[in-house]
Amino acid sequence: MTEKTPVPVFPSEFVDLDPFADWALGTEAERYAKRLSSTMDQLQALYDAAFPRLEAILAYLDGLELNSLPLEATRLLWLAYSLVNASFPVEVWRQPRVPDSGAASMEAVIEPAV
Amino acid sequence: MPHFEKPAEGSWTEHYPELGTGPVSYEDSISPEHYELERKAIFARTWLNVGRVEELARPGSYFTRELQAAGTSVIVVRGIDGQVRAFHNVCRHRGNKLVWHDYPREETSGVCRQFTCKYHGWRYDLQGACTFVQQEPEFFDLDKSRYGLVPVQCEVWEGFIWVNIDPANTTSVVDYLGEFGAGITGYPFDKMTQVYRYRAVVGSNWKLFIDAFAEFYHAPILHARQSVAEESRKLQGIGYEALAYQIDGPHGMVSSWGGMSPPKDINMVKPIEQKLHSGLFGPWDRPGIEGLDPLPPALNPARSPAWGLDSFVFFPNFMLLIWSTGWYLTYHYWPTSYNTHIFEGTLYFVPPANATERLRQELAAVTFKEYALQDGNTLEATQMMLETRAVTMFPLNDQEILLRHLHRTAREYVSALDSDPTNPYTPVPVPAVS
Repeated sequence: MTEKTPVPVFPSEFVDLDPFADWALGTEAERYAKRLSSTMDQLQALYDAAFPRLEAILAYLDGLELNSLPLEATRLLWLAYSLVNASFPVEVWRQPRVPDSGAASMEAVIEPAV
Repeated sequence: MPHFEKPAEGSWTEHYPELGTGPVSYEDSISPEHYELERKAIFARTWLNVGRVEELARPGSYFTRELQAAGTSVIVVRGIDGQVRAFHNVCRHRGNKLVWHDYPREETSGVCRQFTCKYHGWRYDLQGACTFVQQEPEFFDLDKSRYGLVPVQCEVWEGFIWVNIDPANTTSVVDYLGEFGAGITGYPFDKMTQVYRYRAVVGSNWKLFIDAFAEFYHAPILHARQSVAEESRKLQGIGYEALAYQIDGPHGMVSSWGGMSPPKDINMVKPIEQKLHSGLFGPWDRPGIEGLDPLPPALNPARSPAWGLDSFVFFPNFMLLIWSTGWYLTYHYWPTSYNTHIFEGTLYFVPPANATERLRQELAAVTFKEYALQDGNTLEATQMMLETRAVTMFPLNDQEILLRHLHRTAREYVSALDSDPTNPYTPVPVPAVS
């Protein structure tokens, strides 16, 4: 048996966010779908871990060129987008879905490349 | 006692006496027959905004737009000469849809040197001329020069691309957009090229969603929970009053206060907004570009220091929202039947210089979607009950003046169609089936 060296998900300063690596999603559609398929406990856990780290995340990323971020930094930015998305269920709705939005959906058809 | 001064007549609505003040019928939003008349009288005749020049970055860039309400699909393309043109999306040979990808009913975009029909290989250059006919000698006296793509009137105003499928239309876009268009000319739209677009299929008549976005009377109630509790209670207690309303021909505008960008008290807003300095009204800091100070004269017509945004309803189906924080938003409502339409909301920002600016814009875009989902689903509930006709007349208040104006304008276009004997779209009587 060979043991694999874990591939770093985020820049090394943010290893504490590794448990939330599956939130590093590159499109709004993926982030929104994950939000809807998560429980409130899962959304709260993401929020509780990432929100206190937001200032550090921004300070780190602001030191880099936005349009040529290394992959680990890009994943960190994606995680921050997921935090923004999850802030609505956590801070406002107390449920993953917008209340009274039923089957309504709104698809992101154009979004920034980064 | 109003918080903001109203016209001398005592109300915005009475300042435009032709609007009346009585209850309004919504039959125009629930009748399939009326919708068919609107298609012919409005969508087949007026200027329709179909996008921005940035979507056509270089010669050969094109996109298609499904104008179901106007009864056609158009190709919009930038020619070798740099000019933007539009054509009916139909091959001159046997009527196949010329530009589409996988699904004939879906829109597409790309870059090409010419258009080639998937069916028999006829080709057209970017100016619409027919350049190749497969097995040309098999045809009978075919003169290719007479088989170019059928042009659609197309004009660009401030980077916005407009089409008008009525060949008899002689009004330019600039004239059509009137005082509002003239009054916002020069706004730095061309600097705001970071784009988010959301699309939704909505189960209501197209005018109902314009209604929802043309009044903010609903905001303190429908969107109550999007504010922190104390702020929400305050907003409900105060209600909503605009700074100003204006009407010019078929178009209207509402000017609104801001107050949340930045908020007077940081505790008025949610933790994520406190942290990122952004929210529904956009990032709190205005971008450092030219053209935002002074603003073009039609913006903030009340010259209020509390100004937050101006929202223009360009008849029939295009809204333009310009925010004091230096970004803009467009809404398109594309009818697909009397009680369905496709809604598109597009946010335009100055490209972010760093991750912080990028994340502020992300929060504004995500917030927009949360609000729009609330608005959109309410519309289906409204459409459903309007269709029962259990209630047929509805009172509209002074803050709903633009709704009164929109429905009146749409009805007037339909009436004009009825009384125009030369109009090629006059419905042909269908013989009764025996």
